[in-house]
Amino acid sequence: MVDLNTFGTFETAWCPGCGNFGILDAVKGALVKLGLSPYNIVLVSGIGQAAKLPHYLFCNVFNGLHGRAIPVATGIKLANRNLTVMVTSGDGDIYGEGGNHLIHAIRRNIDITVIVHNNQVYALTKGQASPTSDLGFVTRVQPNGVIDAPVHPLTLAITLGAGFVARSFAGDKEHLSLMIQEGIKHKGFALIDVLQWCVTFNKRNNFSWYKQRAYKLSPGYDPHDKVKAFEKSMEWGDKIPIGIIYKNGRPSYEDACGLMKDKALVEQEVDPQKVKTVLKEFI
Amino acid sequence: MAKIDITIKIAGEAGQGLQTMGQLLSKAFARKGLNVFANQILQSRIRGGHNSFQLRVSTERVFAPSCLTNILVALDEESFSHTEELTKDSVTIFDSIFTKFKVKEGLSFELPLEKIAKESAGNKLMSNTVAVAGVLGILEYDINILFDLLRENFQDKGNDVAEANIRAAQAGFNFTYKKIQNNRLPALYNLNGQKKILLNGSEAVALGALASGCKFICSYPMSPSTGIMTYLASKENEFGIVVEQAEDEIASINIALGASYAGVRAMTATSGGGFALMAEGLSLLGMTETPLVIVVAQRPGPATGLPTRTAQEDLEYVIFTGHGEFPRAVFAPSTIEDAFYATVKAFDLADKYQIPVIILSDQLIADSLLTVDELDIDNIKIERHILSYEELKNIKNYKRYKITESGISPRALPGNPYGLVVVDSDEHDEEGHITEDVDYTRPQMVLKRNRKNTGLLKEMKPPVRYGPQDAKDILVGWGSTYGALKEAVGILNSDGEKVSLVHFNEVWPLNREYFNFLDKAEFVCVAENNFRGQFAHLITATTGKIIENRINKFNGLSFCASEIVKEYKELKSNHKLLRAIDG
Repeated sequence: MVDLNTFGTFETAWCPGCGNFGILDAVKGALVKLGLSPYNIVLVSGIGQAAKLPHYLFCNVFNGLHGRAIPVATGIKLANRNLTVMVTSGDGDIYGEGGNHLIHAIRRNIDITVIVHNNQVYALTKGQASPTSDLGFVTRVQPNGVIDAPVHPLTLAITLGAGFVARSFAGDKEHLSLMIQEGIKHKGFALIDVLQWCVTFNKRNNFSWYKQRAYKLSPGYDPHDKVKAFEKSMEWGDKIPIGIIYKNGRPSYEDACGLMKDKALVEQEVDPQKVKTVLKEFI
Repeated sequence: MAKIDITIKIAGEAGQGLQTMGQLLSKAFARKGLNVFANQILQSRIRGGHNSFQLRVSTERVFAPSCLTNILVALDEESFSHTEELTKDSVTIFDSIFTKFKVKEGLSFELPLEKIAKESAGNKLMSNTVAVAGVLGILEYDINILFDLLRENFQDKGNDVAEANIRAAQAGFNFTYKKIQNNRLPALYNLNGQKKILLNGSEAVALGALASGCKFICSYPMSPSTGIMTYLASKENEFGIVVEQAEDEIASINIALGASYAGVRAMTATSGGGFALMAEGLSLLGMTETPLVIVVAQRPGPATGLPTRTAQEDLEYVIFTGHGEFPRAVFAPSTIEDAFYATVKAFDLADKYQIPVIILSDQLIADSLLTVDELDIDNIKIERHILSYEELKNIKNYKRYKITESGISPRALPGNPYGLVVVDSDEHDEEGHITEDVDYTRPQMVLKRNRKNTGLLKEMKPPVRYGPQDAKDILVGWGSTYGALKEAVGILNSDGEKVSLVHFNEVWPLNREYFNFLDKAEFVCVAENNFRGQFAHLITATTGKIIENRINKFNGLSFCASEIVKEYKELKSNHKLLRAIDG
């Protein structure tokens, strides 16, 4: 029987009051709700404060390089589709350093769930702008304010045809847990952008900033309408929608590829002798 | 049988079908048991430019091109550039539609390819078949072999196409056969050898990967490495190997690494520029102790360099790249056949030591064709060195990075119900979790990782030695130069020198004992396809000895034996001169 104790409690390196705690609780809650065994889960991350999350949970862990969590998670899922593979990393990691990988992972549609702790700031490196920082955001490296247009990750994902695009708020653990559960259940690439406050380096987009703006999509909202979803994803200002913004039923890579339908790659037999059958083609 | 050594060069523009013609000829010779080494000199373009396909047909095993051309098939004006390679026995054929020129050496005549194709087969597109058959006519080769190949090649296009090609072939054969009265090239009608396998270096690596049970390759296309994933893709369904073309080389290595962590044998292939992007991932392999086979098919650099030419410029780069210190093995196949076995060994060692293993080939290996009698598949054993569930059950508290004497920690795969597999790019403790314990854990982990070198060093084969055992003059080489160097040593010894070849195909880690030959040597010369003398540097780093005599070729072309012979003799006479002065 899987319960919250299954995933343990660990000492963390996060600041007291950090939004990451809410995300950690929501991840655990979702895994418990889905009754997943820790032995069957791999949590993959890059580098950053968010990327430390896998260490604070009893499960298989691959804490890789900055920006490279998605490719590693892709390889793991390709080799063993029986595993539940999730990525938990920050906005700098996924939208900045790993931006190219995000684009192509969405195209590939591997069945992994990517949770982005989006606090619009680089915290581990002590407070520089991130790809999602708002225009005018002042840091020690951007003293005159950010002039680069921010990435709109959900819009980007929808444009690329992602199968599951959602947003949640670290301050609403129940909602976030639900989004994570839906993301895991979705057969294909799932992107969950999480509004997360930073108590130390982002005084602008703080807890109440997000709290005031985040609103849940109305029950009548149809996430299958791509054009509407596109519009919804661009809402960023006084009101920020949370929920499943876009969904489609594209087949996952694992199903489309045809080579791992019956058995995961790692379970398939190998036989050197079989090479003899192709040698005649070289005569 | 009398010794045969004939080089046929088909020269023309990209898009004229040089490769198709060359492969057809190579296969025709391989079917009668002749040895073939064929390579292409290409410009990096799809059409136009001047390219050539040269095949060397021999009764001996040869692994390098010759500097001479016995039969030149000239299909463009620029083919004139090859007339320097002709001898008095050479035969040049051309179609005046493309080019017409007088040669200084040997015989030269027009073979009206398009005209013959049109008259015999009703289709001028079959002029390539006429050319191939024309070459066989000059050599009085069994034309039925070509007929068989044409039937096999065109069976999908229907009997009519095959038969038309056969008519074109017969006509081309008859034309040159009758034309040549005083041909001084050997006649090859009387051959009955066993059929040989003919494969290129990319295929050899790919077959090695399949034989090793590789289930996944993730690469980004880059000449001259792309042939590996292309061949594996053609066997995707048959062997259940997944071929994924990644968005860049950073993704390639990380995706392949992820697959390896999850338990399949995985690989990636690239060239120097792509490998540069993989440097970060290479270091991650080192830190996470994840097995991976990485093929680096070299081409001349820096930067984009000469994309379709050959070089040995990335030896030091593949050995020393990657931040931090961690063990790796580097194999530099000496021949296409060796590339197969190097790949098999690479997968084996990667799993055994949980390290990256690099196969450092080059364009000469990747794109050339070589005949091989057989590939030894029966002796391949796949050992994964992964804990079984039974073994895991008996381990109370599984630790992915358990500190051991060999440095190798027992490996489990994620998904097993007994032990979690925790890995980290940060310095980590035995369990795999982040640590900043600089007093104990960090130094212990550094020692553990690098302790693997001790075992690894014992796995490395000694160099091949060729020539008189008691020779005091030594020519040293590594990787794909083997064929040219071996031939050069043969020539030098018959010219009165007494010299041996010492040739390395496993180039890292280097065992100091394998350089004991230096103690007795009087004259040592290192030949490499690079400017700097990178292997010579490694010898110095390993032994403390400086090797001053170098033969370096870095124009993008491979060595041929006669170049080595010439340079060696010059170096040797300088050496003698200096010794005389010193004395």
